[in-house]
Amino acid sequence: MSAPGFFVLGATHHTAPLALREKLALSPAAEAALAAELADAAGLRELASLATCNRVEFYGVAADAAAIARVQAAFCAGRGFDSAEFERVRLSLTGPAAAQHLFEVAAGLDSQMLGENEIFGQVKDAYAAAQARGATGPVLNRVFQKAFQAAKHVRTHTAITAGQVSVANVAVDLALNIFGQLDQTRILVVGAGEIGEKTVRAFQSRGARSLAVSSRSGERAMELATALSASALPFEQREARLAEFDVVVCSTAAPETVISRASAEAAMRVRPSRPLFFIDLAMPRDVEAGVADLTNVFRYDLDDLAKIAEQNRIARAAEVERGRELLRARVAALWPRIEALLADGAAGAAAAAFRQHPA
Amino acid sequence: MFAGLSDRQWLWFAAGFYLASFLLGVSRRGRAGAWIYALAGFGYALQFVGLYLRGREDGGCPLGNLFEILQFTAWSAMTLYLVIGVTFRSSLLGYCTAGLGAALTLASLAVPDWDSSRNAHLFGGNPWIELHAALAIFSYGVFGLLALTSTLFLLRHYSLKSKRIGGWFSFLPSILDLDHIGVRLLTAGVALLFGSLVLGAVYWAHDTSLVTASKLLITVPVWVAYAAALTLRLRGRLLAKRFAWTCVLLFLVALISLAPVNASRHPEPERIAIQPA
Repeated sequence: MSAPGFFVLGATHHTAPLALREKLALSPAAEAALAAELADAAGLRELASLATCNRVEFYGVAADAAAIARVQAAFCAGRGFDSAEFERVRLSLTGPAAAQHLFEVAAGLDSQMLGENEIFGQVKDAYAAAQARGATGPVLNRVFQKAFQAAKHVRTHTAITAGQVSVANVAVDLALNIFGQLDQTRILVVGAGEIGEKTVRAFQSRGARSLAVSSRSGERAMELATALSASALPFEQREARLAEFDVVVCSTAAPETVISRASAEAAMRVRPSRPLFFIDLAMPRDVEAGVADLTNVFRYDLDDLAKIAEQNRIARAAEVERGRELLRARVAALWPRIEALLADGAAGAAAAAFRQHPA
Repeated sequence: MFAGLSDRQWLWFAAGFYLASFLLGVSRRGRAGAWIYALAGFGYALQFVGLYLRGREDGGCPLGNLFEILQFTAWSAMTLYLVIGVTFRSSLLGYCTAGLGAALTLASLAVPDWDSSRNAHLFGGNPWIELHAALAIFSYGVFGLLALTSTLFLLRHYSLKSKRIGGWFSFLPSILDLDHIGVRLLTAGVALLFGSLVLGAVYWAHDTSLVTASKLLITVPVWVAYAAALTLRLRGRLLAKRFAWTCVLLFLVALISLAPVNASRHPEPERIAIQPA
């Protein structure tokens, strides 16, 4: 590269396996130290870094290829990572391709969990941190701002965020399809396993407040109830008090069923007009199959939830190309302005400011 | 642009807007909520003008033939949706109501015989009889909306039981919300029709010869059937799918009953021919 250019350099989940990403991971402190070190790097005019569990990426404006090489060298040295090994897994793009990549990252199109929302906030945080360090200039400012707008556009105009792709969130969505809202929904967790706990935490994160835990091991039930701010229910009372709950999450290791059709039938006689939703995450299953035939009773097992999650994932994947197409149009519209900024020396002025105000 | 339009032309435009609202909802899978609402609202305003012109011509509520009854039923359902529909927070219900409005208005416009003549001075200048008729038809609008929410309930129920929750099903409201809306609509419809029957009974008590036995035999059982459905629902004896199917079927019966009720007016009111627009 001979002219100043916009670039992205890094490693992502596409090429770097988890073990490698662990070695490359940047803590906030390491990120700040690296930014300080690169503040005076020759030819480097603007720089922002994005570090998540799935990627570590540097976005910047460099006068030439040597400046980008300096970023790589400083990063690898800081992580104690072999530069040659990094090159085998690295992502290195310049020009419109780099902008397209940033747009796709912000929109969740490049995420391991397609369409996830978290990445949008992470990109915003990365940009804010770079801005606070005085490391952004006209090019990064414009590209990042446009990336946020484009990401919102893609999320609104495609189904990239439609449906949940994790079993726990699928279960929560199903409960919402039944009850509408979760703040008045009473949830019983039968069994104190990890998957049950994860599912209940997903319910809590979406507004559920009334929780009870029932487990054969009273001690473990108390432990989990404390962790979830829930009450404990004696295991032997689980069926007798079924009518008090709207959602029952089962995840015991019991070889036999722990919720019988007869007990569900008895519960529905007490609350005939309010639905009862069983989420059976156990293997073998905890809830007797015949329960699903009862009026106003819904039962989903692990396979059902996994199947829906997979269908949603496939549906999201089908939207990726449509999202990319929308982003390509946005990058094409943006790029002449970026080229003008790079050419008219605005980027150079920002570089001077960058050197005068190191982190 | 609209000056000089006949009442039927206003009603054609209204039907077009209802249809556009429904088609937009279907094509965008309910994503264009504000546009769906705006199109339905504009259609509603046009229908209001058409019905107003009719009413002014007749000097009362336009319920003089089957065409007007169907138009008024659609207008009642739309009124209810536009006034309280936003609380449902469901654009799906919005465009389905627009679909119901389009179906009823287009059907009434498509059959010229239903509007070839009209019973003139139907209420004899008596506002209570007019209120009786308006309440009765308004309650039918409520029952129409109830049939619609019941249909959505059946679709949601099917999706949850068959474990197909993606695609179009993902835009359906929750099953509990639909059930609650259904009970409220049924309560409102039963109360409105009861009010109408009470007013009609007072009128009938003054002169029993004014109402035919066939009209009584059709309208009273419709109310009794809806009241029975409400009682059974509140007692937990008619639930979920069975309740929804009952509401759908009762509306079909109620709708079919409109024709014989309209034909059984006694004494036969003065009929006037309608000039084509």
